[in-house]
Amino acid sequence: MSDKILDIQNVKREFIMGTEVVRALKGVSFDVNGGEFVTIMGSSGSGKTTLLNMLGCLDKPTEGIYMLDNVNVKDLSRDELAKLRNTKIGFVFQAYNLLPRTSALENVELPLLYNPTIGTKERKERAIAALQAVKLDGRFDHTPNQLSGGQQQRVAIARALVNEPVMILADEATGNLDTRTSYEIMSLMQELNEKGKTIVFVTHEPDIAAFSTRTVMLRDGKVQKDTMNANRRSAKEALASLPESDDY
Amino acid sequence: MKILNLIILALKALQRNKLRALLTMLGIIIGVASVITMMSIGEGSKQSINASLSSMGSNMITIMPFSNEPGGARLMGSSFKTLTIKDVEALQKDAPHIANISPLASSSGQSINGASNWPTTIQGVSPEYMEIRKLSVKDGIIFSEQDVKSSAKVCLLGKTVVDNLFPGGESPLGKIIRFGKIPMQVIGVLTPKGTSNFGQDQDDIIIAPYTTVQKRVLSSIYFGQIYASATKEDDSDAAVAEVNTVLRETHKLRDGEENDFQVRTQAELMTMLNSTSSMMTALLTAVASISLVIGGIGIMNIMYVSVTERTREIGLRMSIGARGIDILLQFLIEAVMISITGGVIGVILGISAALILPAILNWPTVISESSIIISFLVCAVTGIFFGYYPALKASGLDPIEALRYE
Repeated sequence: MSDKILDIQNVKREFIMGTEVVRALKGVSFDVNGGEFVTIMGSSGSGKTTLLNMLGCLDKPTEGIYMLDNVNVKDLSRDELAKLRNTKIGFVFQAYNLLPRTSALENVELPLLYNPTIGTKERKERAIAALQAVKLDGRFDHTPNQLSGGQQQRVAIARALVNEPVMILADEATGNLDTRTSYEIMSLMQELNEKGKTIVFVTHEPDIAAFSTRTVMLRDGKVQKDTMNANRRSAKEALASLPESDDY
Repeated sequence: MKILNLIILALKALQRNKLRALLTMLGIIIGVASVITMMSIGEGSKQSINASLSSMGSNMITIMPFSNEPGGARLMGSSFKTLTIKDVEALQKDAPHIANISPLASSSGQSINGASNWPTTIQGVSPEYMEIRKLSVKDGIIFSEQDVKSSAKVCLLGKTVVDNLFPGGESPLGKIIRFGKIPMQVIGVLTPKGTSNFGQDQDDIIIAPYTTVQKRVLSSIYFGQIYASATKEDDSDAAVAEVNTVLRETHKLRDGEENDFQVRTQAELMTMLNSTSSMMTALLTAVASISLVIGGIGIMNIMYVSVTERTREIGLRMSIGARGIDILLQFLIEAVMISITGGVIGVILGISAALILPAILNWPTVISESSIIISFLVCAVTGIFFGYYPALKASGLDPIEALRYE
């Protein structure tokens, strides 16, 4: 058993659009070990989204091998993929994707509802713990429209944490937030990473990538650059260095 | 996901859209309520017909004269003169499945007591008639066989006749009244039977020995009808066969010749009336069922809208681990919840209507458990049937596209 969470070998993904074959990924290889904080960067059209869908087990490679926590995704059926997503991946989306008119607690409980091994009591306890971990104590009964963007994203992160996944997969998770709130979220991500969570963060903002330990740069469906971040920024310090308040 | 969680989820989803859920249910509510009301009206009228028929005697057999002249002008049954005392005697002797038998010679006319008078019907019968028609004497006595033999001028009065001839309330027993020109002594008063199901006042009669009516009122040897009762209700068919055999013999009918009489049993009449009311019930229920189907289509429509509206939610649920079957069940149970909730409200409304109708319109209603169970099951099936396709659509969505759906 290696502690490789992701093991991607020469993954290709082709789409057939009418008569044309669109090759979104043209042989991508890299792996991610437990405890890493990887950002995947790339401009639009670089195959970022396709790779993200693949990593999230929403899609399967046309060719190549994708091992998630030592499970070969290619062999799995639709339902088995669903189970894998339920137990191994925590999604965080750009648009939060919380259920409207549903309390924060119920939103966080959601992934556990699809896990038949967890009872009602444990579900609630774990959801409360997850919300406390993202510092949303006391807002359990708030519905998404009673929360700010940053708070909503925290609920979404709590939802991603609640099933104790091997990897948190964030898709432009700061894309809808202002700088200050983005830094707050990144600070939370760093904290989680320090506690041992593996995080894969897809973004196109270089200053967000600076908070991670490693950056994988995609270009035209291939890995262009895969570098460790020598001078990683601390989100907490970045937050402190922001002007006190630019509101007026 | 566990079924209980799915049910809670469905109820919460409905609670978030109360008005929409209610409007969607409306078709089901109206459908179920009207099915239950229609069926209870049908059942009620059937039972009241049956009750009034058996109050006349459920093993009663009626023999009426009938034309046997093919090609000739057919006249009303009672104007044929074929039934005589010989027939009655022959039946008494040769029909073992007949318990009681009584001829009936009836005539309409004016009954008079002093200054009071009342138009009524006199029925000339034998004492056994009381048994056949389930009549009883409230005050006084029934006339005897001896009175029949001597054509005694005695009679029994129904309540309506008593009320009209003796408005002061004095006892009619022993008094002499006149029917037309014939003076008769009142020897008894009949127990009231009330109005029959066909709106006929069953107490507006005078009963007298048939000989008296034949000789003194009608001056005829023929009977309008012969009433008999079978030994048991189950013996009715055997008794009818015997009547046919015996009467064909006494009337000297050759083989192949049509009967000059007809025999009716109460059971036949019951079947006939019931089939009419059953058909009405079936028609009304069919109309009501259509609204159930329309209600189902309403559910299907709303579920399609709901699936489209919640595409992102479906995508999210799939991305965090919902399988196709989880999504399918979620939407299916939501549809079934709508139809079942509508069904419950419909059942309550239907029962209320069935309870209120007799008070307002004086229609008899009987709520049958079967109608409630059937309409409830139909509801659940409607929900499953019309909810299945939208749910299938939801479960077949591609999570990648669903997540990005705007």
